[in-house]
Amino acid sequence: MALDEHQPREFKVVGTRPLRPDGIDKVTGRALYGADMTAPGMLVGRVLRSPHPHARIKSIDTSAAKKINGVKAVITGADFPEVRKGEARNVLENCIAFDKALFEGHGVAAVAATSAAAAKAALRSIRVDYEILPHVTEIADAMKPDAPVVHQGFVEENVPAGHSENVITFAEYGHGDLEAGFAKADRIVERSFRTAATHQGYIEPHACLASMGPDGKADLWCCTQGHYAARAFCAAALGMQESQLRVTASEIGGGFGGKTTVFIEPIALMLSKKAGRPVKIVMTREEVFKASGPTVSSESDIKIGMTKDGRITAASAQLRYQGGAFPNFTIHMGSQSAFAAYDLAAVRSRGLNVLTNRPKQAAYRAPGAPMAIYAVESVVDELCQHFGLDPLEVRLMNAARKGTKSSYGPTFDDIGLIATLNAAKAHPHYSAPLGPDQGRGVSCGFWFNFGGDTSVSLNINFDGTVSVVEGNPDIGGSRASISMMAAEELGIPYDRVRTVVADTNSIGHNEVTDGSRVTFAVGLATIKAALAAKKEMCARAAKMWGIDEDAVVWEDGCAKPAGANAGDHDPMPLARIARKSPSTGGPIAGHHEVNADGAGVSFGVHLCDTEVDPETGATKVVRYTVFQDAGKAVHPDYVEGQMQGGAVQGIGWALNEEYIYGPDGRLQNPGFLDYRVPVASDLPRIDTQILEIPNPGHPYGVRGVGETSIVPPLAAITNAVSRAIGTRMSQLPMSPPRLLAAIRGKAS
Amino acid sequence: MSKIHVNTSINGDTTEFLCEADEPLLNVLRDHLHLTGSKEGCGTGDCGACSVTMNGRLVCSCLVLGAEAEGAEITTIEGMADGETLHPLQRKFLEHAALQCGICTPGILVAAKALLERDPDPSETEIRYWLAGNLCRCTGYDKIISAVMDAAAEMRGG
Repeated sequence: MALDEHQPREFKVVGTRPLRPDGIDKVTGRALYGADMTAPGMLVGRVLRSPHPHARIKSIDTSAAKKINGVKAVITGADFPEVRKGEARNVLENCIAFDKALFEGHGVAAVAATSAAAAKAALRSIRVDYEILPHVTEIADAMKPDAPVVHQGFVEENVPAGHSENVITFAEYGHGDLEAGFAKADRIVERSFRTAATHQGYIEPHACLASMGPDGKADLWCCTQGHYAARAFCAAALGMQESQLRVTASEIGGGFGGKTTVFIEPIALMLSKKAGRPVKIVMTREEVFKASGPTVSSESDIKIGMTKDGRITAASAQLRYQGGAFPNFTIHMGSQSAFAAYDLAAVRSRGLNVLTNRPKQAAYRAPGAPMAIYAVESVVDELCQHFGLDPLEVRLMNAARKGTKSSYGPTFDDIGLIATLNAAKAHPHYSAPLGPDQGRGVSCGFWFNFGGDTSVSLNINFDGTVSVVEGNPDIGGSRASISMMAAEELGIPYDRVRTVVADTNSIGHNEVTDGSRVTFAVGLATIKAALAAKKEMCARAAKMWGIDEDAVVWEDGCAKPAGANAGDHDPMPLARIARKSPSTGGPIAGHHEVNADGAGVSFGVHLCDTEVDPETGATKVVRYTVFQDAGKAVHPDYVEGQMQGGAVQGIGWALNEEYIYGPDGRLQNPGFLDYRVPVASDLPRIDTQILEIPNPGHPYGVRGVGETSIVPPLAAITNAVSRAIGTRMSQLPMSPPRLLAAIRGKAS
Repeated sequence: MSKIHVNTSINGDTTEFLCEADEPLLNVLRDHLHLTGSKEGCGTGDCGACSVTMNGRLVCSCLVLGAEAEGAEITTIEGMADGETLHPLQRKFLEHAALQCGICTPGILVAAKALLERDPDPSETEIRYWLAGNLCRCTGYDKIISAVMDAAAEMRGG
């Protein structure tokens, strides 16, 4: 059973900070990312995109485009075989429209040509006859019974009546008697919140290179968080067998969930099939904003009751998310996570998902959780402020702990929330004095974490070194941590191990690099693969010594005789067993395939001080500290990096970032100038404190650390700002004009 | 229209190339000269991933035309290490784990080197403002700032 994996031990490699194996390539410009791949005879692929947020495609005339010199292929949605219903169909239709353009930027046709200029001319010459339809981009508008129907056929059976056909998903979680709980409260706060859609903002635009031969075999190189998922989506889209499509993940220039699906890959493959030559497509930044997968926008109504000494008696949330023109599961994750940090007798979350004429949302770091927990943590803070209670003490009093029945169902095992809250309370930041116009905010954060299907092979080379083969794109240093765990388990130095990310045809299935799963699940599979290799190496040593296999143990990188009848033999190091392996039975390897269970949940607490300029409404983050449970930090530098990076993405979400749609249904800020992500001069140091409460589901106690850190900043900053200006903020981002209006509204 | 013939110097090597009149230097570097260390994050001068220096001045190569490189001295990330020896900034970026995905790293290294050539002892605030044109989405900049400060100290002999 997965939950008894953890064995306490002294670590030699895990917990140190070695240099990452891909580092030199990345500081010298040698590393090859998606757009850096080339192939002989390669064509330039480009996508024609709808200027309309909602339009029926009456016809597409590509005849002129095909006549342009250098144009080798022109395709539309009609060129793809019929794909059955389900996510594969949704993903393909999101790449290229079938009968309707569902959002501004929706692909409607594509070309491959010998030059960018020819491709551009070809796109200009394609005539699309659109019947423009009424559109809807905002949640409240899309829910109205008479709203334009975005995309028919998705309404699930349990959706309450009274809404438009755009309301497709209903989620409900919780337990206990809410009415009785609220009756015990000394004060009940009900407040509504809104958050804007944001984008993951990875600096590398989507890019791929596809090559398909007339025999139907194909290769695809792309920047992706999951090349097995890319293969499945593309094979379904092209009607191929998965075995005939080999997908290789390039180095990846950020993803944060946004590269867990495909946007251009099926198009490049179809163009290559038609043209008989390799085709490369690279998105522009404008295309990334308009036609990749931003996160959901949200509305929420929160109701929490508290006694005057700080005990939460009941809590409820009504969440409404929109994630574009296709279904998604984010509303479930938001509804499940809203109250996860609390031990509550009465709690209920209900959620609705709404279709709009926006691009299909993709995962963004802890998808669904930041906006739900933002609203909850804001109301908890308001209650603390009302009663004059310390916000950390109140959270400690109500915190989820081992044995708590979580708000979404499962009962928690060992979790680190209390430890992180205590660490925050004890930190000098929490007691430091504040200056004028400054406020201090606190918020908890949570993420489920995930395990999933994982395959690892570990090869003992004849020279005594070790090659680990895994299948998860390394998005932030995972090859280092995987090599470290292999070295730890085998008892050899880190520099004798090299980990590579193999293509889809070279190792068994691997789920996407998401859910903070890689260090946990690939690590677990690597440790088990090393155990298998050790067992075989012990057997080889036994053979050479002429003793029983059971009389050999593995210690400190060596096989050693053990037990009364084992005889007197010097320890045999891995390198010697490897060198002798051709004469003892052949090459030695270990492998492990698993659907990894037991990814322990992750909690964090953020403290932040902000300073609001009362004349401009601009907010400066002046101090920031992150506390997070890592289970066991394999490479602490990269754990800290996840904590810092997530915090800063959350700061951007809280203060600046938003998808702004005009009344015409078009995105008004599809570039980094107007969609403003945090820059170095916006920020203070992001201090970190790693807590290590071992995860019972991992041999070394590892928990995923990648996602929790984006959750707390939204409320931590809101609470700091609200306390500083003396009025409660309930909409993100808290851009200067919005904050200035709140300050002036309060004054008048 | 015929292409423009350009003579230039890239990382100290005399180089000639043909480019379209409207072709950015970044495309010339990446697509014609196969120097793919400079990255295109936006194509509009907002992200800094394509940073190079032109006659010693830090520029976004997506906003410079290839034709403007005539007679100029261009340096890119590929010219930063000296053979097997990394520049102190490159070494400190590794030691401080100042990169996660690494896509912004070439541009930030080129920009940081340009800063330290102008000012060998910048304050943390000066570093933050100098690098404000280089977006990094992974790190929150914290370890980048540490790496630049540490490299500057080492280069000063401190």
